[in-house]
Order: sequence, then C-alpha cells, then structure tokens
Amino acid sequence: MSRIAQCAARASQERRGLLIPYLVAGDPDFATSLQLMHELVRQGADMLEIGIPFSDPTSDGPVIQRGVERALGAGASLGGTLQLAAHFRASDGQTPLVLMGYLNPIETMGYAQFAEACDLAGVDGVLVVDMPPHEAGDLSGLLGEREIDRIFLVAPTTDSARTAEIIESTSGYLYYASLKGVTGARLEDRESVANDMARLRKLTSLPVVIGFGINDEETAVAMNTLGDGVIIGSALVERIAALPPAGQRQASSISEAASLIGAVRRALDNCESRDSRESRDSGDASRKERDS
Amino acid sequence: MPEASGEFSAPDETGHFGPYGGVFVGETLMRAVTELAAAYDSLRRDERFWQGFDAELASYVGRPSPIYLAERLSDSCQGARIWLKREDLNHTGAHKINNAIGQALLARQMGKTRLIAETGAGQHGVASATVAARLGLECHVYMGAEDVLRQAPNVYRMESLGARVIAVESGSRTLKDAMNEALRDWAANVDDTYYLIGTVAGPHPYPCMVRDFQSVIGREARSQFLERTGGLPDVLVACVGGGSNAIGLFHPFLADREVAMVGVEAAGEGLGTARHAAPLCAGRPGVLHGNRTYLMSDDDGQILDTHSISAGLDYPGVGPEHAWLKDLGRVRYVAASDAETLAAFHQLTRLEGIVPALESSHALAWATRLAADMERGQSILVNLSGRGDKDLETVARLTGAHSASAS
Repeated sequence: MSRIAQCAARASQERRGLLIPYLVAGDPDFATSLQLMHELVRQGADMLEIGIPFSDPTSDGPVIQRGVERALGAGASLGGTLQLAAHFRASDGQTPLVLMGYLNPIETMGYAQFAEACDLAGVDGVLVVDMPPHEAGDLSGLLGEREIDRIFLVAPTTDSARTAEIIESTSGYLYYASLKGVTGARLEDRESVANDMARLRKLTSLPVVIGFGINDEETAVAMNTLGDGVIIGSALVERIAALPPAGQRQASSISEAASLIGAVRRALDNCESRDSRESRDSGDASRKERDS
Repeated sequence: MPEASGEFSAPDETGHFGPYGGVFVGETLMRAVTELAAAYDSLRRDERFWQGFDAELASYVGRPSPIYLAERLSDSCQGARIWLKREDLNHTGAHKINNAIGQALLARQMGKTRLIAETGAGQHGVASATVAARLGLECHVYMGAEDVLRQAPNVYRMESLGARVIAVESGSRTLKDAMNEALRDWAANVDDTYYLIGTVAGPHPYPCMVRDFQSVIGREARSQFLERTGGLPDVLVACVGGGSNAIGLFHPFLADREVAMVGVEAAGEGLGTARHAAPLCAGRPGVLHGNRTYLMSDDDGQILDTHSISAGLDYPGVGPEHAWLKDLGRVRYVAASDAETLAAFHQLTRLEGIVPALESSHALAWATRLAADMERGQSILVNLSGRGDKDLETVARLTGAHSASAS
C-alpha cells in the first residue's frame, strides 16, 4: 500500500478529514520551504503538495503565480524541487509528498529520468496540471512501475465520460477542483459541490479531496463535510508571501505563516458534524453496494 | 471548405500532427476546449458556414487580395522573380482578419456573447476588436504591459473599436503572458466566453481551425499564380512567429512537391545570442499553451524570454503543424536577423512603394537573398502578411539610432 493510501486509510478510520497544504518549492527560498514543510506537518498536515515552479502557470491565479516568480527568482527548478523532497524525506519518513506542476519541465528532464528521480527522492504522487490522462504517454506507466501515485483533477465542468476516464487513470486520491477558473478564485456554491461529490462517490472508492478556493477554517470545514479532505494552496502561499525577509525573521515567523493550517486542523477535528457522518456513511454504503 | 491534402492531412481526430499538437490543458478548461472542437468539427462540414465566411471576406475584408510582381525588387536581386501576396491590403492591414472573422462567426454560432483575445503588437487585438464591433460582441483583449507601452496607437485603436484592453503584469509582461491570462479568463468564464486565438498555436482545434481560415491565402495565391504565369512558384517564403500566415500560404501547396517552402523566423540579434525568437531553428520540443511543439526553453524547461524587432514574432513557441513539417523536411525553416529585416523593410519601401510590416520584412529579407542565388526564369512567392504603418515609429527610432551610431 502506498504512503498516500495508508495515510488516507488511517484518516478515514479515525474519521478525520485529510488536510493537504500546497506550497511552491523554493518560495521564497529553498531553506525556508524546507522549514515550512516540517512546520506544516507539525501543525497537522496529513500530506504535502509541492508545486514545481514553472514560468507559465496557466492554471494558477495571481497569488500562486507570484509565489512561482519568487521561487524562480531565488533559483528554484525541477531539480531543486526534487532535492527539496529528498531533504524533507531524509527526516520525515511518514508524510506523503505529492509534486504538482506543469509538463514542460518534466518533459525536458525526460519521463524516465523524472520517474526515477521521484522514486529516489521519496515522492509519493505526481499531478501534472496540463497533462490530461489521454496525453500522459509513457509517464503514467513509468510512475506506476515505481508505485508513485498518478493524481488527476476533476472539475465542476467535467462530464461523466471524462470523469470515468480520469478515475480509471488515477491512484492515490482524486483532486476535485471546486470551481471554474484558476487556483485562488471563489468557491462554487455548496450545493453544486455536494451534487458532484455524490456523483463521484458512485464512481470511485478513491478518497476525494477538494481544492481551489479554500481559504479559511469555515470554507475548509464546509468542504470537508462533502469530501474526504481539503487542499489549501493560495491562502497559505499568501502568508508565505508576507514572511519577513530571511534576515529579519523571528523564530516564530515560520510557525505563524503555517498557523492557518494548524487552525484548519483544529476546526476539522472539532467540527465533525452529523451532516458529515451522514454523507460519509451514505458514501460508504454506496461503495459497499458497488463492491458487492 | 478546407480540403485535406493526402499525406499532409493532419491533424488526427485528437489534434495531433505526428508527435506535436494535442490538448495539453488543465481540467478546468477541458470542457471548453472539447465543446469548441465539437462545434468546429460540425461547422467544418457545413457548406453554408463557408459561404458566409467567403461573403464576409469578399465584402468586408476586400478579398481576394492580389498577387503582385515586384519587378524593381527582383531586378535589384538579379535572379528569380519575386511575387508578393498582398495580405497588407486587407481591411485592418494584415492577414489576421481572416482568422478573426472565421472564429467570430463560429463564436456567434455557438451563442457566445463575449470574445477574449491575446495580442502582442496589437494586430490580432485590432482584428478581434474589429470583428467584435462588426458582430456586436463584447471584446476583452489581453496585452502584456510592456507591449501596451510599446504599441500605444494600437491600444487606442482597440479601445476606439469598443474593446477593453487589459494590461498583463505577470511574467515577462509580453505576448506569452497575455496568452496565459486569456486562458485563465476562459477557464473562469467558459459559459459565455469565446477565446479567439490569433495564431495556429493553442490546444486542438485551434491549430487546425486557424489554418483552415488562413488557407484562403494559399488557395487564392495558387490559382492566381497559375492564371498569371501558367505554372506554380518555385519557392514560397513566409515569416513564422506563431505561424498563421505561413501555414495559410503553405497548406494548399503541400501536395505540390515541386514547390519548395521556407519559413523565416526572427533571429533577433543572432541565433548565437539569447536574444532571438526562433524556436524551430534554435529551440527544442516541449509543451506550452495547450500543445506540444518547438519552444524556446532552458535546460530546466522554463520558457525563455524572446526578442525580435517585430513584436508580432516575439513568441517562444510556434504552431505544431510547423514543428511537424520541419521534422518531415517538407518546409525549411531559417531565420533573419533584426538588421537584415530592417534593410529589407527599406528596400521594398523604396523600390516598390510598399511599406511592409516588420514581420513580413523577415520573409522579404530571406527571399531577396534567395532570389540572388536563383535563375532569372524562376520565381519566389512571398507572403506580404501585413503593412508596416504600425512599425514606422519603431523603424524611425532604430534607423535614427543606427545612423547616429554609424556616423
């Protein structure tokens, strides 16, 4: 069982929502990223999504774009991202790491070399934003051989035929982008997300985590009741942007930047509403029905 | 209606030209792209749509554009005869309008009320704003903040036409960033918005669709040339940024094996420097803006800043069909420098009384060089893709600087 699957199974057993922060590798610099990663885990992150910096992040909103620009300005790269993962892994053997990025740096490195490097660095999953399953070529197979999960996105606009194709290609967890547009935009209304979740539950037993547009405890709790967990990206990257320059940082600066994740962790753990148990139970029931 | 031409009848159903092209977009854009592909696929077979398109081209654009034998230019080269396909005579001054009209008609058919477009120099932005005014559609044009400063007259022109021009401050603040921003807008507003891409790049169906709309250039040129000379030209020459005017000229000739083709990229300050915009000559395959093609990118896969004297060629990618035609060896891709381009600009202006766009001047620079090495009985057809009024200020500034430094 992959680290991601183990982590998700444990959370499900404990009836805990998965909390997955996203940060850009090397934003604002390599050392700070590494400190932040450990701090996020300390404050309650279940897994980490690490953005591979790319000059043209077309699926990202302004907050993450600026994070990417900061990282590239400080010399970040795909190679550096893999090094960051390896450094993290050297002192944390537990927390699943997912790399999220765009295809061009990966294609430039070469699929085989990338898959091998992920394996060596202790990366558990890969999400390539601009690579739909049918364009994945050898990459999915190469990652699969190394038991690295292939994570894909489903959007509110994804039709059922595509949803089935995406689920077929996905392992680890399914990423539900809960809005139209780019990262950091506003959430779709709760009801349409709930409808989509019900639809996805019937199609897969994979954990479904919800991302795009979750920026505080309240939205996190609301979305978590509908899925198996939440991804928080732009709201965290915004706090990273506000970090004082390295020279002027207090010992507490890093933990303050990560405190959003701590607050969401507490909110998720305290607010397991009845509503959520019901929806999850019915999810379990439909899964059992399908399995039997 | 566009016809397939034998072995060159790409793309396949999934939008691939050999290993190039395809649909590399985030899931949030997938439905928009799929819907567009389906809409275009059905329209492509609709005779009435093409009749409507042709009628617009005739009455609104002023097509067919003539071919013109540039006698004094040819004489100065002492070699092959140089002919020009006069896209500079189109309404709005360039070939861009052909595609803008085709896509705007499609947008209207799809029930979209809002057009968005990206622009570099502003030519495609002007063409989009023009057809939006013509069809009563809302129009937002994304333009890199750098380009907004460099191309102020075109910004005013677009705004006069009723378009809103949005300055893009991200990345290198040029054409590629404008395209990034337009893609983001489209993802967020898929319901009412049509993204009118100005070149043969982007995810499928854009490279195929834009080629189909621009192929009117080559179809006209082919029959005009046959009529005037009784044969076909020996060589076709066109400039290549994204590559829409070039593919428009080349495509209807692809099956004519005896016709050689040359695409001229922007060598900027030289292919040996970092300051050029020639992905086919000096780049490598990769994925950007929805398709796999040749790109200017570094060893880490980051997209590089480009440079060209002409803002219209200042783009780090190129249409995937060009990437494929390069690998097949059907088209030869070369590059002309800023200096050669400026010389060609002046040469055509003085010898023929035609002021070419700096984009098209790249093609002229190569054609005149080529002509000198060819026989007098041979002929070259150059796509004069646009007029140079928009570039006079740039040329005046550079020429002034050049004379000053030379003296």
